[in-house]
Amino acid sequence: MFELIGIPPQALFGQLMLGLINGAFYALLSLGLAVIFGLLNVINFTHGAQYMMGAFVAWMLLNWVGVPYWGALIIAPVLVGAFGIVLERLFLSRLYHLDHLYGLLLTFGLALILEGLFRSQFGSSGLPYGNPLPGGTNLGFMFLPWYRAWVVGFSLFVCLATWFVIERTKLGSYLRAATERPDLVQAFGVNVPRMITLTYGFGVGLAALAGVLAAPAYQVSPTMGSNLIIIVFAVVVIGGMGSILGSVITGFGLGIVEGLTKVFYPEASATVIFVVMAIVLLVRPAGLFGTAK
Amino acid sequence: MLETLASAPVLPSTRRTLLDARDLHAWYGESHILHGMTFTIPEGEVVTLLGRNGAGKTTTMRSIMGLLRKREGSLVYDGTETVGLPPNRIARLGIGYVPEERGIFASLNVRENLELPPVVKPGGLTTAEVYELFPRLLERKGSQGTKLSGGEQQMLAIARILRTGAKLLLLDEPTEGLAPVIVQQIGEIIRTLRAKGFTVLLVEQNFRFAATVADRHYVVEHGRVVDAILNEDVPANTAKLQEYLGV
Repeated sequence: MFELIGIPPQALFGQLMLGLINGAFYALLSLGLAVIFGLLNVINFTHGAQYMMGAFVAWMLLNWVGVPYWGALIIAPVLVGAFGIVLERLFLSRLYHLDHLYGLLLTFGLALILEGLFRSQFGSSGLPYGNPLPGGTNLGFMFLPWYRAWVVGFSLFVCLATWFVIERTKLGSYLRAATERPDLVQAFGVNVPRMITLTYGFGVGLAALAGVLAAPAYQVSPTMGSNLIIIVFAVVVIGGMGSILGSVITGFGLGIVEGLTKVFYPEASATVIFVVMAIVLLVRPAGLFGTAK
Repeated sequence: MLETLASAPVLPSTRRTLLDARDLHAWYGESHILHGMTFTIPEGEVVTLLGRNGAGKTTTMRSIMGLLRKREGSLVYDGTETVGLPPNRIARLGIGYVPEERGIFASLNVRENLELPPVVKPGGLTTAEVYELFPRLLERKGSQGTKLSGGEQQMLAIARILRTGAKLLLLDEPTEGLAPVIVQQIGEIIRTLRAKGFTVLLVEQNFRFAATVADRHYVVEHGRVVDAILNEDVPANTAKLQEYLGV
């Protein structure tokens, strides 16, 4: 077997694969945040809690109702998305005419409440969730677990499908136009308030979908969202708010950067994304793919 | 209130009234902008709102579309009271809106911009007919909407509400900032639209242009209609109009 600058390829590609997995979660979550921010102008701090809820709903479906992983993959995002719709109608919709800060405070508070509720109900140690795709294949240069391949492939598919709907369809043109001028789109006869509600539900559903995907890969725990969401916000800042494809590319790209750092300089792997964020903010304050407003 | 109504200038028309505004008040946040606008738009006519900057013309347009949070008074379109309806319901009654800043979407190309407003009533122009009226938009249908010249953007803003089946078109200063040759084209388009049976409410600062396209003019000052002049009476009233508009 060959070696690369003293690194065995098993370790290199293994970490790259882990990086891609993390990148898949970053991409799915930052995509949802970008869609929500674009149309609602709300920085959805509840996103991490909604990701956590996705994982917990999958766990509850399996352990309480007997619905397996593949069913949860559809049911959990729908349930959590519906919960998001209720949140939007009850709370968020009253804040749109105020500063961003109010939406941020509200969603941050909701995240704390949700996390606390789950912690008091399930404890904070984490619950196991069985791997629905055990085993893998040896590619020669590395061992590829099936479940990891599935997570990366499926996330990529969901991200590209979302991009296609937003950038290439009639529905997406309403969404893009309403992101620029919601008042004018409504004055053309489109029910923009309903569109906003459904968009929030969709973004929340994406977070829950990421949560279901994460359940077998990590543990199901009340804090899984808050650990991840800070990194995801850094990803969003690096990619630039409002760019759909930008958030996807940045998500996967930073996952890989993080994975490579683990190989070459493990001590920096927890901070590398924030270093990148600081540099990007200095050089391109609007983000790699964002446009300054 | 009664005083406002009684003092509102009225002009005769043999046509059916399409839009009837009575004692319309509107606010931007805390500031009270419209102080009892009363006017009527007869079906099939081109009607202008003339007045200086800040008189309340654009606010009137936005009030008709329901874009202001606070409105009082009455705005009856084709038999339906619209005060209290959200903008999307008002648009679906058959009103098309071209905002002052044109409202072309940067994230949409020309074709997407053109096809964005949903069809609200039967009887609108087909996309082919729209391209026939505006051949330039067909040539540039793949371009980003905001890459068009100012005149082209204005054409696009008008073109996109012709497909929707809207009968009343609100055009807010369509000639603003455009070269004289483009202004002439816009005048030609408005006359064509009138011939096709559209009703047009036009906001203008330039009454010489307005007089080439309109049937009647309402003069707006401090948020109310202070005078109404039929187009054939414009020559006799030029001095008065100049005083109103401060030109």
